[in-house]
Amino acid sequence: MNCNYACGSSEHDIHRRQFLGTLAAGTGAVVGGLGLFAQPAFAEQMAKQQKRMLVINMHGGLSQLESWDPKPGTTTGGPFRAIPTSVPGVHISELLPHTAKQMHHLALVRGLNTKNDDHGKGTYMMLTGRRQMPGQDYPQIGAVVSRALDSNARSLPGHILITPGGGGGRSADSAYLGPKYASIVLGNGNPPQNTTLPANLTAAAAAQQEELRRLANDRFLSRRRTAQTDAYTQSYEAAQELMRQREAFDLTKESPKDHERYGTHDFGRHCLMARRLLEKGVTFVQISHSNYDTHNENFNFHFEQLGEFDRPFATLMQDLYDRGMLESTLVVVLSEFGRTPNINQYYGRDHWGRAWSVCLGGGGIARGAVIGKTNDKGTEVTEREADAGHLFHTYLKALGLNSKGHFDLGGRQVLMADPAFAPIKELLA
Amino acid sequence: MAIKADPKAAHVAQEFVHDAPLITCRFDPMGRFVFATAEDRAILRWDLATSQKTVFTAHDSWVGALAFTPDGTTLVSGGYDDTLIWWSATAEKPAPLRKVKAHAGWIRALAVSKDGKYLASAGNDRVVKLWNLADGAPVREFPGHDRDVYSLLFHPSGQFLLSGDLKGQVHQWEIATGKLARKFEGKDLHSYNGGQGVDFGGVRSLALTPDGKQLLAAGLHKATNPLGAIHEPIALRFEWDTAKLVKTHISEDVKQGVLWRTMTHPDGPLIGCSGGGNGGFLLFWTADAEKPFHKFSLGNTAREMDLHPDGVQIATAHYDKKLRLTKLSPKPAAPAAVPAKKA
Repeated sequence: MNCNYACGSSEHDIHRRQFLGTLAAGTGAVVGGLGLFAQPAFAEQMAKQQKRMLVINMHGGLSQLESWDPKPGTTTGGPFRAIPTSVPGVHISELLPHTAKQMHHLALVRGLNTKNDDHGKGTYMMLTGRRQMPGQDYPQIGAVVSRALDSNARSLPGHILITPGGGGGRSADSAYLGPKYASIVLGNGNPPQNTTLPANLTAAAAAQQEELRRLANDRFLSRRRTAQTDAYTQSYEAAQELMRQREAFDLTKESPKDHERYGTHDFGRHCLMARRLLEKGVTFVQISHSNYDTHNENFNFHFEQLGEFDRPFATLMQDLYDRGMLESTLVVVLSEFGRTPNINQYYGRDHWGRAWSVCLGGGGIARGAVIGKTNDKGTEVTEREADAGHLFHTYLKALGLNSKGHFDLGGRQVLMADPAFAPIKELLA
Repeated sequence: MAIKADPKAAHVAQEFVHDAPLITCRFDPMGRFVFATAEDRAILRWDLATSQKTVFTAHDSWVGALAFTPDGTTLVSGGYDDTLIWWSATAEKPAPLRKVKAHAGWIRALAVSKDGKYLASAGNDRVVKLWNLADGAPVREFPGHDRDVYSLLFHPSGQFLLSGDLKGQVHQWEIATGKLARKFEGKDLHSYNGGQGVDFGGVRSLALTPDGKQLLAAGLHKATNPLGAIHEPIALRFEWDTAKLVKTHISEDVKQGVLWRTMTHPDGPLIGCSGGGNGGFLLFWTADAEKPFHKFSLGNTAREMDLHPDGVQIATAHYDKKLRLTKLSPKPAAPAAVPAKKA
């Protein structure tokens, strides 16, 4: 997209000697981008007031029958039993004994019907609140929340994904909201790539280089400022801030006791990293747990996977509460669909978008609520059917946003969420 | 006169039907009944002479394992409800004689010592436990597996108990002292899939050769897609004296297969029961061959197997709610048709 700002001309050729010859004059002005750094006291105040969101993406299709909506003793229930939780009358699978003790901080939506059994489409709709359409791309929830809630005073990126593997970098999940709100990926929870100075460059030399760069930038931008140069400036300054705040991503700064409480396996570490980032003011963090696509030996694998998920998740919820962060942090545990009530020949369950569940908690959510019901075998929703679009609206509303509102993108009004849906009011505190 | 088993003459001689997919099956030691368990939490008993079916329930979940006193009068069931239940195996309407909350997790395997003194149980809490079979009193625990225990076997000498886990490790325990005597390394039976984040496989079954000189550990391998059921059956043959792996038995044409149970036939062949996407099979190997000399299609995914004391009948439990009795002997000739009388 070419967007010409002050000069109004399409001139882009620069004579290098002419440009460099004028550098000596300089301007000393900072144009655009994240040039401001918050004072510590102001940052602390912002941190206490800000809303945050944490998404835990259970990749592959978490079985609702082995988690949030068990049906023990039925032809579809499988072998696992249901256990009581800290909310009287609410039972979840015996595979989640620690989470059961945190139920008073959580809520369940059991009536999801997204009518989709495809991994890609399911992930898309659960993270954007929209159906995937050809020729149209929508921003994921992290980009929307970051765009709506971040301020320029915040110095850390507002949209961070912690993935099980991968090398990190930046995703293209912000669509028309622009690269500023695209996620930064921490592959396996490692710090962002390329955030340390090269060994042969001292801090003093780097500072001098930076000053020269700023002078050159300011000179250039005073005559040719476009959307692309803004994006470049923002990206560059965001990267510099990441380097300055590299310690925010250093999990060794957390206590050995906390490492032990969360567990030293990947998911445990990622939960601890999520707590750290949320505490430092990151607006949106998403972590993943993989994989739940259990067409084969569903019960063995859910025993293994939820056994890994349960304690760190419960620990994270308790820590958010103990640190006074839970009221301002929306927590969502989602997947791309559920799993079939029917048990196949391999003791597996297959893709199922017709009657499944998600779990929410924290800020803005009615604690202990159970919204929606399925029939005794879990084959149909019988009460308060909901879609991914309803959930998306609910997330925004829980964060104090007007989910029917819009973003102003260069004069164009773009709705934050799909207008065909509305928040699930019973789910809101 | 006893019939000699002929695997190549295998045929399904009889089917028993239930209302829910079956999980496991065992003959009683006297060979009078065949028992099975099902996904409706029931334990089923069929009288082989009359085909009479008896259904009894008491577990709060599926039943994963069955075992008997050597005289066949008492049945012990191990459930995914952590509970052991003692039953009269021969009563007209079996009722629980004793319930013991035995484990903190699924009971996956049971075994009874040759002298009938001990019952061993194990499963998801990773602790092998020894019980007095007669009265259910706990005798000893054998902690030390670092993952779920899938299989158990008493050594006929009475000295040792063997247990196999998800990681392919077989532990040999001294019954008298509780000490770990040694391990058999069945690493081919385990894999970790980093992309899916899962451990998979395990020692699904243990067996000894009749002379006690070799140990078989069976399960699956080539698990390129554990969550999608892409793997193949495999049995490892170890020399008892040295714990050295001396042979591997496979069946490469059984894609999506797992050996749920393996047994050594008194006449020599190794028998394996495999279930998977291609259906259920009985596989037969000689001790010195990698590939089976015979593969018999059972017609539906098989989940467990047992050999009748007569050495000719094999029971298999199936997903299609049927228990199949396969006979390793030629089909009896059909009776000659009686010509119709002319008017």
